[in-house]
Amino acid sequence: METAIHINNLAVYYGGTAAITNVCLDVIQGEFLGIIGPNGGGKSTLLKAILGLIPITTGSVQIYGHLPGKNRSAVGYVPQFATMDRRFPISAMEVVLTGRLKQGLSLFAKYSHEDNEIAYEQLRRVGIEHLAKRQISELSGGEFQRLLIARALTVHPKLLLLDEPTASVDVNSREQIFSMLKELNKEMTIVLVTHDLLAISSEVKKLACLNKKLVYHGEPQLNEHIVKELYGCPVDLLAHGVPHRVLKEHEEDA
Amino acid sequence: MIRALFDYQFMQNALIASILASIVCGVIGVIVVEKKLVMMSGGIAHTAYGGVGLGYLLGFEPIIGAFLFSVSAALGIGVIKRRGGVQSDVIIGLFWSVGMALGIVFIALMPGYPPDISSYLFGNILSVTKADIYLMLILSFLVVFIVIALFHAWKAYLFDEEFASIIGIKTAFLEYLLLILVAMTVVVLIRVAGIILVLALLTAPSAMASLFSKRLKSRMIVAVIFGMLFCISGLWISYNLNIASGACIVILSVLCYFITYIICVVRIIMKRKSIVTK
Repeated sequence: METAIHINNLAVYYGGTAAITNVCLDVIQGEFLGIIGPNGGGKSTLLKAILGLIPITTGSVQIYGHLPGKNRSAVGYVPQFATMDRRFPISAMEVVLTGRLKQGLSLFAKYSHEDNEIAYEQLRRVGIEHLAKRQISELSGGEFQRLLIARALTVHPKLLLLDEPTASVDVNSREQIFSMLKELNKEMTIVLVTHDLLAISSEVKKLACLNKKLVYHGEPQLNEHIVKELYGCPVDLLAHGVPHRVLKEHEEDA
Repeated sequence: MIRALFDYQFMQNALIASILASIVCGVIGVIVVEKKLVMMSGGIAHTAYGGVGLGYLLGFEPIIGAFLFSVSAALGIGVIKRRGGVQSDVIIGLFWSVGMALGIVFIALMPGYPPDISSYLFGNILSVTKADIYLMLILSFLVVFIVIALFHAWKAYLFDEEFASIIGIKTAFLEYLLLILVAMTVVVLIRVAGIILVLALLTAPSAMASLFSKRLKSRMIVAVIFGMLFCISGLWISYNLNIASGACIVILSVLCYFITYIICVVRIIMKRKSIVTK
């Protein structure tokens, strides 16, 4: 089995403060991993380290055996859409097409017929091809999230990384996004991070918890003890369709 | 004015200058507004004043000094901002005032009578020389060429810098290049609107265009057209009433922006009312 992500003893410091320390993570090709943790737990930092966007303080990160950032076409990235400027003058199709841009900078680059076809194909895959000509401010939250997934898919990634994919979308869109991810999981490894336990659907096969530290080697390991440690208080683990098979029933406090 | 246009060289220069200024301020203005670099542009423009002063002191063309100073300001602000640790608006504020201060010191050090620098501060399109026109022509051509040549990359960079860098677009290069383009634009605009009034020409046409267009390319074209409208009619007013051209153009464009803005707001309110009463 191919290892998609291999992280060994990773630590990232911003100035003098540690964002994450002692992170060990192995993700096998074909997995669907959810990483949960509270705000400020270092989830985005971990993603950025995997993408090679920030310098690593100690430890190592390997993506399919290469250093992060050296293997760009293997990784598709879906950012947190709440942080994006939705009023930017660009159409849905143009957003997806940016995923087809070549590395470096080529003068007078034009999108080929093939680029257009691939972009349209990805829009259809996420079910918003009828919105291709719309300006992005005219899309709903769920549609915009699917648009960002389509853009990430244009590089034909083997690994798809998602940052809070279901934050601020309604329950319906969340279900649709997860069933779509389940479909995509047949072809690629998926790793998503979220702070919201409710956002983890039963489609997510494995869970890992990140609060500055993370050790994960492929076994599901979420129980009320870990959640308590992560969030500082017991969280109702049984609420709203959180998968029972991963989570044990939490005991009443004596 | 039409008559004067044929008769006087300075009127022809003024017309060419205003057309060139509108082209660059439309193209770069849209990017500056979208990337929220308005204050950064202000900083770059005001630092240019130091270059004007140095030009007078050492006896070379002040506009060349302005060009050198604004490009170094753009690179300086860019490097410090990228290295992090300092808030970018602090750096902008410092460059802004140090540039102005240097300009004042250089001009004070100059022997003899101080020159009339108000045309650099507030712009005087009627005093544009042939040499100015040539410099403006080269800079405008470069700015437009670079924007068109890398248009798709610009679009990806402006919309989502992080994603652009993930797919391997050299975003750091684009960032510096953009700041240099802003510096070049500022130099083109200085003769028309002046250092202090540059910001209005960069923002008003593109902000107005954003009310009409939802595509980057067409927004740039609309902004260029608005810019020409403001510059040429401002030039006409300034010729007839004999007031500083920069001030005329700026007041006209800001006035037009607010009028269109109010019309848009009123239309939205009317629409809402008509839906409610139905």
